[in-house]
Amino acid sequence: MDYFLQQLINGATLGAIYGLIALGYTMVYGIIGMINFAHGDIYMVGAFISLIGLMVMGALGLTFIPLALFLVVLLAMIFTALYGWTVERIAYRPLRGSSRLAPLISAIGTSIFLQNYVQIAQGARAKPLPPMVRGSVDLIHTGNFQVTISYLQIMIIALTVVLMAGFTFMIRKTSLGRAQRATEQDMTMASLLGINVDRTISITFIIGASLAAVAGLMVTLYYGVIDFYIGFIAGIKAFTAAVLGGIGSLPGAMLGGFLIGLIEAFWSGYFSVAYKDVGVFAILVLVLIFRPTGLLGKPEIEKV
Amino acid sequence: MTALRLRTELVDALIAAFVAALLALPLLGFKLTDSATGLSLDYRWPLVGYAAGAVFTGRLAIGQLRHFFGARFDRTRGQSDIYSADPGRARIMFGWALIAIALVLPWLPFADKGLVDKATLVLIYVMLGWGLNIVVGLAGLLDLGYVAFYAIGAYAYALLAKTFGISFWLCLPLAGLLAASFGILLGFPVLRLRGDYLAIVTLGFGEIIRVILQNWGEVTGGPNGINSVPRPTFFGLPFSAISPTGPTFHEFFGLPFSPVHRIYFLYYLILALALFTNIFIIRIRRLPAGRAWEALREDETACKSLGINPTLTKLAAFATGACFAGFAGSFFATRQGFISPESFSFIESAIILAVVVLGGMGSQIGIVFAALLLVGLPEWFRELEQYRMLAFGAAMVLIMLWRPRGLLASRSPTVRLGKLAEAAS
Repeated sequence: MDYFLQQLINGATLGAIYGLIALGYTMVYGIIGMINFAHGDIYMVGAFISLIGLMVMGALGLTFIPLALFLVVLLAMIFTALYGWTVERIAYRPLRGSSRLAPLISAIGTSIFLQNYVQIAQGARAKPLPPMVRGSVDLIHTGNFQVTISYLQIMIIALTVVLMAGFTFMIRKTSLGRAQRATEQDMTMASLLGINVDRTISITFIIGASLAAVAGLMVTLYYGVIDFYIGFIAGIKAFTAAVLGGIGSLPGAMLGGFLIGLIEAFWSGYFSVAYKDVGVFAILVLVLIFRPTGLLGKPEIEKV
Repeated sequence: MTALRLRTELVDALIAAFVAALLALPLLGFKLTDSATGLSLDYRWPLVGYAAGAVFTGRLAIGQLRHFFGARFDRTRGQSDIYSADPGRARIMFGWALIAIALVLPWLPFADKGLVDKATLVLIYVMLGWGLNIVVGLAGLLDLGYVAFYAIGAYAYALLAKTFGISFWLCLPLAGLLAASFGILLGFPVLRLRGDYLAIVTLGFGEIIRVILQNWGEVTGGPNGINSVPRPTFFGLPFSAISPTGPTFHEFFGLPFSPVHRIYFLYYLILALALFTNIFIIRIRRLPAGRAWEALREDETACKSLGINPTLTKLAAFATGACFAGFAGSFFATRQGFISPESFSFIESAIILAVVVLGGMGSQIGIVFAALLLVGLPEWFRELEQYRMLAFGAAMVLIMLWRPRGLLASRSPTVRLGKLAEAAS
């Protein structure tokens, strides 16, 4: 039971990070119907910018950790969003309206480019960071096993919940969210009604990239080590999360993220660490067999 | 007028340079250096300036070029012809010419060991591209885990040949069969999924296979892979200097020993395999099965109402594609003599898919050009290592922007109603 609870906490933390990345996938998919393969690498860029930001804060002599973290979150979001915007502008916008596979290949090319760019710019070796947020709360203490939740885990889950709530509010209530939903439903009709479709899509990429930047900062703090290759596997997991929840559905992406995190934590905890990715994909296939459009996805109506 | 244009372009280039400087600031301006004492920061401000300057001049130059060449730089060029692209006589003649060049390539005066070896590598990707083309180009199913079948073929050959001593020619169909059955195994539950759901499941399957190869140490050798995979023989004659079991290739033919023999043999072997794949595809496109694939790609609902079973048809395409990947995998294993899970990562799937899409989906000759461009060309720049992959990624984007339909696009149906009607009347 205690062990179960501990895995639940670990899984939820991991799931929060996947959920934030998955939102970027699902938003882009919803609005222009493409798999943004470079999104995992945008997240990796976000992690690197966060790490550099933390080092700069250290160099500037800013020792009050909460303020430093706040500034780093802001900086990482701004700069990573700029990367997301540029990628859309250069690699995807000219391909809008061509076949479904053209932007996919362009995205794979962008992903390869970003990986090698960071590898050349920052070196191939993994970058370690000493833990910045220490301390934890003991929840249950029985015998020699204790269930703990660290302050960092609390911070990650809380920040994710706040971001997701704010994000849901933005999509549901603001005019920007309305424009986004309208563009998602019918791009031509939306532009006829005076919505600037290009700008809406750009903003989608900017939001997706800044959420990924937050996830990048969290991973940097949580694992304390990053390298130029982390984007690939996290990207696949987050995309799997988006598909599991039903791609194009925002609550689905959040749910899927948490589920993937939990599956991974429990699989590693109870079966085997080496095969945890096999577990994740096996469950994805099982879910898709019974619900071909994911857990919360809308069934597609086929018209002749 | 010109002054105005120049001014707009200058402003445009300045904005681009500013964005480039901002992009470069965090990742190029700072350098994380890790030492025994921990991380430290280095500063490289000049690089930010270089990036901004490069983007500024590049942007201006592109603007000038575009103005100079006028409509010839138009991106939409060459797109309108896709439905009229008849694989006409010229293209067929061109195909024969390519085959002729491929046949005599090792005997050309400038050909050496390195060139033939590179050509062999390109041909592997041509064969893989043609195989994946069945799935993606003909049947319209997006498969992001094609490399899994390639891996299955390679490991099947390595294990069968090493453990049981079965010859390459017997292993080849077995490996193809095994890969095809894995294709059916994967395809059966997931083929009713819509395009992008299928893509992620195939991607997951590719990763699962790689994780299993990596962790199932007793059978696959884990991350170390399998060493000393049996090399190919010429109808039982080995390509080694001496052989304990009988005459070697050079002894039998009375030639002086040379390691080049094996390289040339491997080249002709993959050429034969690739041509076999090509002939198979050309023929099957005209058979009911191939026509059903193309019909399914265009309209699934219409196919259903005409009595085509979509699941079985897709499954056939999936298994056929997998089978050719299995063949190519066997060849890869016997060529390398060593295989490990590293050779079968997602990037390989991405390259093969890029070869198919850049070639123009469904176009056989386009795939040859795309393979030459994506696999052959980077081979010449091996010493640049990291910058090579950087340029590779950028090239993938640029080619896609330049020709969104692929280099040679032909999506016309293989069988035309018009011709049949003409013949009938």
